[in-house]
Amino acid sequence: MNAYAIYALKRLFQFVLVVFIGINLAYLITHLTPIDPVEQTVSAATMFGSTSPEAIQMMRQSLRELYGVGGSAFDQYVTFWRRVLVGDFGPSLSAFPTPVSTLIGRALPWTAGLLTVSTIISFTLGNLLGGLAGYYRDSRTLKAAGIVAMAVHPIPYYIIAFVVLIVFGYLWPVLPISGGYRMNTAWGWNTAFALSIITHAILPVASLVLVGIGGWFMGMRSLVSNVVTEDYVTYAELAGVGRGKILRSYVMRNALSPQVTGLAMSLGSIFNGAIITEQVFGYPGLGTLLIQAVHAGDYSLVIGIASVSIVAVSVAVLVIDLLYPLLDPRVKVS
Amino acid sequence: MFAILRDLLRYRPEFRLGVILTAFIVAFACLSFVSPYPPQDQFVVPPDVPPSWAYWFGTTSRGQDVFWQLTFAIRNTMLFGFAVAVLSRLISIGIGMWSGYKGGFADRVLMSINDTFIVIPLFPLLVLFYFVMRDKMSWPLLALAMACLGWAYDARLIRSVALSLKTREFTQQSVFSGMRTHEIVLQEHLPYVLPIVFYTTMNNMNWSIGLEVTLSVLGFTNIDTPTVGVMIYWANQHTALVAGIWWWIFFPVLFVMILFIGLFLLAISMNEYIDPRSRLARMGGAPG
Repeated sequence: MNAYAIYALKRLFQFVLVVFIGINLAYLITHLTPIDPVEQTVSAATMFGSTSPEAIQMMRQSLRELYGVGGSAFDQYVTFWRRVLVGDFGPSLSAFPTPVSTLIGRALPWTAGLLTVSTIISFTLGNLLGGLAGYYRDSRTLKAAGIVAMAVHPIPYYIIAFVVLIVFGYLWPVLPISGGYRMNTAWGWNTAFALSIITHAILPVASLVLVGIGGWFMGMRSLVSNVVTEDYVTYAELAGVGRGKILRSYVMRNALSPQVTGLAMSLGSIFNGAIITEQVFGYPGLGTLLIQAVHAGDYSLVIGIASVSIVAVSVAVLVIDLLYPLLDPRVKVS
Repeated sequence: MFAILRDLLRYRPEFRLGVILTAFIVAFACLSFVSPYPPQDQFVVPPDVPPSWAYWFGTTSRGQDVFWQLTFAIRNTMLFGFAVAVLSRLISIGIGMWSGYKGGFADRVLMSINDTFIVIPLFPLLVLFYFVMRDKMSWPLLALAMACLGWAYDARLIRSVALSLKTREFTQQSVFSGMRTHEIVLQEHLPYVLPIVFYTTMNNMNWSIGLEVTLSVLGFTNIDTPTVGVMIYWANQHTALVAGIWWWIFFPVLFVMILFIGLFLLAISMNEYIDPRSRLARMGGAPG
């Protein structure tokens, strides 16, 4: 238990570091660039018609407060951090006066759901098939699956989502291609609504799984094909242990722990993929909200989403890291 | 290095295919130098013509020839990927080799920072970057930003190679014969690190091109420089799919997919080559 506490403390430190550096990057990007967000919003707002200089001055003043860019550089830095830690990014400009945190809170469950479901599916399927492909090396079907995985994996999320959208939107329109649920269905715990959520999630999940599965497949295949040459596997085979049991408890179990570490490491890029895919399918999550915020020039909302993304991904990584010793007991001992 | 390439060509069908696909795309991009139309010009050909003998890939609603437009787009996209890869290589080789060779406290600090950059979701940050830059956004600037954010995973791989080189006897020999740290790292270790640098370069190009396409399609880059993403952006702006002008979308997507698969095949065949176990298995030298 003591060793686990040390391990957990280390991971916790890493979590704090990720949030610290991530938020600082967001601060640097917004404050070291020569462009003043206040002036941008002012010029966008006063593009049409004539506004009196006093009104513009007042607008400037209130925007500065709204964006937290008043006062000295140190004040701004403190304000920035306070907003992230309290989770209060002020009201949104494009959906005034709804607070940014409410908008994000509404969108976050969709992204979390999409990300969790698609990651579980692609991780499980990819590792299972990859393990089988590494163990049964002569299987034609598994070799073919390997080639497909190799061809689809390098293609970025956006392109795959786009192709899926074209296929199911124009060529074979059987599934809903936009939104998170049916518009005219009442919210509630009933089958019709649940069904509409599921059908709307199929295409985004499918395109995320298509991209994600290949990496797990190829990683697991090469890990397994290395593990099967280990002495203890040969020994188990000679001792007459069944092939299924060897694959499950001797080979896959050992090959799985680097894959879980890999999952924690690639969560950031999977998250990127999820919010891009959301945008393609108009899924009501963080990605769609982010793009809308950029188009609407909503400074607070864009910063809010970037900060929340960093914190959310770090929390997810921390959870995986803390659960990892359950899978690999060696962590607890060392 | 040439011996490695010869072996790869001889024993790896994936590598051969990767070379063919990438060379095809590079040759296509080179055609941009003999293009009859400058890339920015519009309405130089009749708009919305489907693919035919006169216009192989059809024409756009903006009166541009998709074939020639795509040569520029692929060239710019590849140049972008290459620029990001070269810039971020400087950081990842530097940090990876230094961290691996130094070890100890410096290694721990650098790798903590490194892991941080691996975990942070970069897409929202890049969108934030575009959001504050707006019209000042240009592709060299984007390349620089992405190089500063996208070095971490490769630095970790390079470090692991440097770490194993450190314990080899020739390193100790060099230390005893009085070579300085930077001499050992640059003269003795770098040649061993090059295969993995090649591998990470290809992967990094795929990563940066993928992000560039994504950002451009959303209109979050300089939309006047033709890249593959910008082409799709304009096609979407003109609702090409609804209007049935499928060729405007189909060819950019097809070509960029070929590029991705080509680079990826080059990368993984090199990566497998680095691993001696799978190399032996492939040459029929050992069981497994």
